[in-house]
Amino acid sequence: MTNATTNGSTSPEQTDVVIVGSGFGGAITAYHLAAGGAKVVVLERGPWVPSDEFEHDFKLGTSSTRIFDFVAGDGMSVLGGNCVGGGSVVYFATMPRAPRFVFDRQGSIGRRMWPSAITRDTLEPWYDRVAEALPISRQDWSEATYPGGLWAALCDHAGRTANPPNVAIDTAQCTNCNWMMAGCRFDAKRSLLLNYLPAAVSHGAQIRPLHEVQRLTREDGHYRVHYNVIDDEDYRVTVGSGTIDAKIVILAAGAGATPVILQRSEASLGAMPHAVGRYFSGNGERLNTAIIDEDKVRDVLGLSRPGGLAYAANQIGRGPSVASWDRLDGSLPEFSRFSLEQLYFPPGLGTILAQAPGAEGPSWFGVDKKEMLRHWKSWLTIFIMSEDNNEGVFGPPPPTGNAVRISQQMLGRGNLSYEPTPQTLRGWAEADAEIKDIMERDGLARVRPWTNDVVGAYTVHPLASCRIGDDPATSALDDRHELRGHPGIFVTDSSAVPGALTVNPALTIAALAERAVPAIVSAARERGISVSYGAPAPDGATSARREVFRLQPSWTA
Amino acid sequence: MTITCQPVEEKLQNLTVEQCRTMTLEAFADTFVPGAKRFPGDVAVAGAAAGPGAVEAGALELLETPATGVSDGLADLADSLNEHAAQYAAERGIPVDRDLPSFAALGFKQRTELIETLVAPDHPEKEFWILTALFCFMAFDTAAHTDTVSALAAGHPGLTTMGFARPDPDGLWRFPDFSYGRQLARTHPATTPSGDPA
Repeated sequence: MTNATTNGSTSPEQTDVVIVGSGFGGAITAYHLAAGGAKVVVLERGPWVPSDEFEHDFKLGTSSTRIFDFVAGDGMSVLGGNCVGGGSVVYFATMPRAPRFVFDRQGSIGRRMWPSAITRDTLEPWYDRVAEALPISRQDWSEATYPGGLWAALCDHAGRTANPPNVAIDTAQCTNCNWMMAGCRFDAKRSLLLNYLPAAVSHGAQIRPLHEVQRLTREDGHYRVHYNVIDDEDYRVTVGSGTIDAKIVILAAGAGATPVILQRSEASLGAMPHAVGRYFSGNGERLNTAIIDEDKVRDVLGLSRPGGLAYAANQIGRGPSVASWDRLDGSLPEFSRFSLEQLYFPPGLGTILAQAPGAEGPSWFGVDKKEMLRHWKSWLTIFIMSEDNNEGVFGPPPPTGNAVRISQQMLGRGNLSYEPTPQTLRGWAEADAEIKDIMERDGLARVRPWTNDVVGAYTVHPLASCRIGDDPATSALDDRHELRGHPGIFVTDSSAVPGALTVNPALTIAALAERAVPAIVSAARERGISVSYGAPAPDGATSARREVFRLQPSWTA
Repeated sequence: MTITCQPVEEKLQNLTVEQCRTMTLEAFADTFVPGAKRFPGDVAVAGAAAGPGAVEAGALELLETPATGVSDGLADLADSLNEHAAQYAAERGIPVDRDLPSFAALGFKQRTELIETLVAPDHPEKEFWILTALFCFMAFDTAAHTDTVSALAAGHPGLTTMGFARPDPDGLWRFPDFSYGRQLARTHPATTPSGDPA
């Protein structure tokens, strides 16, 4: 499976296409290009972990830390996947389409952020392709977990609506263990390890784990990709390095890493577009945690579980299962729109920043916090996804990778700075107030936002650090995802998304990657690569392919 | 007067350097997740809360795990903390028990007040203190120094306090009882036929 090269080889390795990263942006493009006949090599900085190594264990060194990265910045911490399959392996597989108004957002640039070619309508056929490929399923209310059901009941009690969002989960296989962030042991979560990636490999794509790309250089008519080989246990240790040449390079290392690779490449490639490493968005994310009054839940909401408990089910479930979309209202002003999603984070990530409601002393640590932890089973955490103002800027790159690694795995210090503007802060304040209004009615709960004083703001959905757009001054990529001024380099990951989406972004990231493939195929053909576009879904399904073929009559099935 | 652990001050000759540092780090961890005193006369654990806290949960064991990346800096951390504590006490005229490392000599309220300044957003050493604090929390909340199944079987103080459920016999968690099983709210009227926001 690996084909690591080391320094000293006399003739550089060559391939048609190098893809950096194996999350949605890498896996989807790898599949289509390999299926179309191109020679594809995927370089992934994290390990390749089979599902029987996804452990239910918080111990350092188990899959909880092997496949997950926490990069602290200045005012923003970024959480994400670090493994073959990228974010899809650690995420909660919640897959809503972005609301229509999102595509008309302006942020603070005084014009539409998104390319004119992309609207909700024009993206629908690409959403459909991903929905067929993973696949994505509707959730029935009978599948809503206890925390999701409680959130729905609280919303209803407050006169709001609530929805079980679509998911890429086989709920029949799911045990509701809530260990999703350590990888799904039961293969219930339809990560990329189950669809695009094995299909890409079956078409000849090579996936090389523990290969961390550092920079690109320009050689005679092609790009040279420089990488380090990382130790499989201590990610602070480099055990080798090498290069590989390609006619096309697709960067899909994630919004926290793609711009850093380009920054480091600037000395060789020449000036980067202004928007590389700027306009980073944390998807407007923020969390509130409530302590539920169990008696009130029974008496006021009429909820009970077998055995007499009313709730006490914080640990049970599969991340989010119910969201409130009442504020996804395009008639509201920008920065006032958000979704509120019930969510579970495991202890550690999910407990440290929570603040004790009503604490008189410190709220995230100390006596009151410990008392809050005693009631952990009765916690209900609500995830805000709002409209931030693309405030993030990457500083000078670290010596290697996208962070100086502190711990053997997981924890690092990155170069991202983020200072929320009044618009972002206003959105957060409005969302906090909405949550409080919903949850504290009739004494059903006491709620408080997580602190931003400890690690700054935080996001599990980093976006926009190398974004698409029509305006060269505020976008790094054209609407075909090609890096401005550097033909043959494409970016197809979350960094290409122009701004916050107000919902979970994975499906939109994936749809944009699907949409980018035909242009990449054209660019490859222009460079003499024998490749065509038109593969079915990874399992052979073709109905969504038929829909996108209508967009371009020259494509044939 | 600054009482650090290296060199051990004259009045601290009853403690080895290692004991001094251990006491300092335990007092630090206890400030984040406080616990009941482990034995009569326990100084490091101030006894500010009922039940075991971060120290009994294994905070020092986790901090001393090389994989954290902080283990090499613990001696400096203890010394620095005692220096801050001595300065804090001196500025406020707080009498210091000279038989104890300066931070452990402070009362719980004073320890808390000092820590609040060290982890405040504008403190220049904030990242250093917070990084260490995160592992103190993780010891209590996750028992990250040991495997979770064994930790639960041994009655790990943090996981037990939080009510973390026991796994199935194969060491994996499954919750077959997971849903109220009925619709509990109206769905948004503009939900699309695909089940998405409009």
